Amino acid sequence: MNGETRAVAVAPQRTLLEALRYDLALTGSKQGCDKGDCGACTVLARPLGAEGRGEAILACITLAADAQDLAITTIEGLASPAGLDPIQRAFADCGALQCGFCQPGMMLSARALLDKNPRPTLPQIQEALSGNLCRCTGYTKIYEAVEVAAGLRVASFRAPFQSEKAAASDSKAQTVKEIAP
Amino acid sequence: MSIGSRLAKTDGGAKADGSGIYTDDLSFPRMLHAKILRSPHAHARIRGIDVSRALACPGVIATLVGSELPARYGVIPWTHDEQALATDKVRFVGDEVACVAALDERTAQEALALIEVDYEVLPTILSAEDALAHPEIKVNEKARTGNITKHVQLEFGPVDEAVASAAAVSRQTYRYAGSTHAPIEPHCAVARVDADGNLTLWSSTQIPHYVQREVSRVLGIPQAKLRVIQPLLGGAFGGKSDPFSLEFCVAKLALKTGRPVKILFTREEVFYAHRGRHPMVMDLTVALEKDGRIAAVDDKILIDGGAYASFGMITAYYAGQLLTGPYRFGTYRFDSYRMYTNKPPCGPKRGHGSVQPRFAFEVALDEAAEKLQLDPIEVRKRNFIGEEVETVNGQKITSNGFLKCLDLVEQASGWKERHGKLGPGHGLGVAGSMYISGTAYPVYPNEMPQSGVLVKLDRSGRVTVFSGASDIGQGVNTLLCQIAAEELHCDPREVTVVAADTDLTPVDMGAYSSRVTFMNGLAAREACLKLAEKLKAAGGETFAEACQRAEAAEGAPLAATGGYRTQKLGGNYRGGTIGASPAYSFTAQVAEVEVDEETGIWKVTRIWAAHDCGKALNPTLVEGQIEGSVYMGAAEAQMEEMVYNDKGLLFGPSLLDYRIPTSLDTPLLDAYIVESNDKNGPYGAKEAGEGPLHPAIPAIANAIYDACGIRIRELPFYPQRILKLLRERGEKREGRVG
Repeated sequence: MNGETRAVAVAPQRTLLEALRYDLALTGSKQGCDKGDCGACTVLARPLGAEGRGEAILACITLAADAQDLAITTIEGLASPAGLDPIQRAFADCGALQCGFCQPGMMLSARALLDKNPRPTLPQIQEALSGNLCRCTGYTKIYEAVEVAAGLRVASFRAPFQSEKAAASDSKAQTVKEIAP
Repeated sequence: MSIGSRLAKTDGGAKADGSGIYTDDLSFPRMLHAKILRSPHAHARIRGIDVSRALACPGVIATLVGSELPARYGVIPWTHDEQALATDKVRFVGDEVACVAALDERTAQEALALIEVDYEVLPTILSAEDALAHPEIKVNEKARTGNITKHVQLEFGPVDEAVASAAAVSRQTYRYAGSTHAPIEPHCAVARVDADGNLTLWSSTQIPHYVQREVSRVLGIPQAKLRVIQPLLGGAFGGKSDPFSLEFCVAKLALKTGRPVKILFTREEVFYAHRGRHPMVMDLTVALEKDGRIAAVDDKILIDGGAYASFGMITAYYAGQLLTGPYRFGTYRFDSYRMYTNKPPCGPKRGHGSVQPRFAFEVALDEAAEKLQLDPIEVRKRNFIGEEVETVNGQKITSNGFLKCLDLVEQASGWKERHGKLGPGHGLGVAGSMYISGTAYPVYPNEMPQSGVLVKLDRSGRVTVFSGASDIGQGVNTLLCQIAAEELHCDPREVTVVAADTDLTPVDMGAYSSRVTFMNGLAAREACLKLAEKLKAAGGETFAEACQRAEAAEGAPLAATGGYRTQKLGGNYRGGTIGASPAYSFTAQVAEVEVDEETGIWKVTRIWAAHDCGKALNPTLVEGQIEGSVYMGAAEAQMEEMVYNDKGLLFGPSLLDYRIPTSLDTPLLDAYIVESNDKNGPYGAKEAGEGPLHPAIPAIANAIYDACGIRIRELPFYPQRILKLLRERGEKREGRVG
């Protein structure tokens, strides 16, 4: 678990997400639907001894017992003592985090993508993040953050446009009639 | 300059590394978990409830039924029509009936099955039309007449005469389906009582102050004994701006058991809590003069409200009152009914009350303009209402950057070269809109400020801003740091914001009606200006030194308060204050669609959105609000609908069955910020969080017309509906303009 060996006794039906949040106090993984629809609980998993950080999986539909002998990376394990992972840094800098609730899962899916494909195209980013629902951002700034983290671009900057003073309209209607409030 | 900078969100680090605390991340020793039993019937009388078997269950600590907290409540003081748990009647499938607190969630859930409820099933009302036709079947006893929550009828000028003498008239019926907010964080609340009987309630709410008022009233405890704290909030969009059953239940159970109690809604329960977009049927007439100017608008609106009022009284007004810009109306009439039905209650979803009529109007404007062979952008420019002007219903518009917005999206989309010329199945559409920057008045009448901020300076140079406002992801806490830095000349990263805690922070009314940046921003600026004067007088090499010298001169700790005071606004008639706002935002959008005429499957590929937010205090945050709004509007046009069967059961209350767009369903979004520098707003700012949702839907509908010559007047624009219209159209293509 994030590089440490953790042993917990769980009931057979306990999900990995419940074990993370309530047994291991790793509350960074979020519960949005508890049935594999939203992606907020996404973590990275690989068999012990395998290379890299592994695949993005949904902790809410994985039994904790099935995580035996898996190496799991949660959002808490993405940063290092040296600081945030470039994905986390870019999400914060680019305004990709609004309410932030879907983002631990989103950032881990993005990390899994960049681990496999360091220079993704926009359609590849869209495909890789399509299992993570975000309700705040319209995804636009998330794509930008992934591209920034991949070193493909710098954060966008477009200055606001000034509006010239407009003329006032000439008239308004004459009477107000309230029929029956 | 801190204002106008793209300062990264000050809570971004905590949201990026997983350390940020949302309500369900809280846990306390001895904490109990509670679950709520919900009605399986859409309408039934409760003859009796027996919780004894549940209470006898090992691990169950307490139960709760409606008679233990029977007082009625509601967010609007005139429509207190809800109970935390039903005492006599249930009014929709999912209505709350009883509650069990246990050592763990699973035990509580299993104990619910042991509660026996004796129901007498009643006839149900499942549509607004039925609610009108069957006043004898009373959904909610709070309704004075039949099933009417509110009826509003207002007329501004002689509408019938204007329609009779108009050059072009569009008269059509438009249908808007109900949709829901679907924030990714489900509602959650935790309550804890201390040894002195003080109660603390943590809740995923966007209205801590109203929650404090209603929970204390229903529980019969003084407001001063109840502290409401809003932790980080995982999305709201209006879906967390009512007091909800779980808040009352955890508070009561904490008092009853003396132990902390938590309730976390399942995703299914979030759908029953709802308060989403009202379904509306609009019979709309738009009449134009020969030159394209709007002679008359006449709208009959039937609103399906669900089982409780929520903000519905306001919805009935907003459905008409917020339509009167950015265009000048010669005359205007609306007649709206908000009805009770046996479905989960509707409420304020982003763009409360005005998204539906805006869709109808912007499509109707295109329909009428076409009869005059007028280009859709041209007809909108000709009707521009201007600045410093009063609308037909007496709302005072100050700044207005709508023309600039239209220009920007016209150019960015290549409108002149591309509209009407993209070939079969490919089109562009335009729409505009207006929205409020906060309502003129608080929901309960009082003379106190609507938003308060306290700023404290420490001799270390640390600035602390105590603000009642709710950061629901829109970033107001970051704006507060920017405002403090702007006025005090300190580093925005050395500002602490303590927010949305009724014991620690001054009152703010909550995050609704796009009021937060405007009102809380003005309050913060006022407080900071007072301190800036003292710092300036004190002088000093560094900010910390200035703080020390100012504190020495003051002879007391340095702090100042600021408030937003209610302005007298609105038309001089009953209801004239509803829809009145100190400033209005404006938006124009162009959408591009591709329609497969063989299958009806269509796709919105790109939306250009230009929004006049007055002044972008932080352009990154404003762009985020524009993009998120446009996404949510496009989502309603594409796929979102609350569907019920003939028993009132919600079809598929999950994020799989109630589809919301993934990254693959969302169009490319181009956000443009227009600054009109409003005289009333903080640094010229107006709202940005709700206005930009409105035009997305009619712009898409108008683009579908440009693509294939069909007018879709019913949401969502399902492919089967498109296909049906295409078949009705046949091979014949109507002539188009532009």
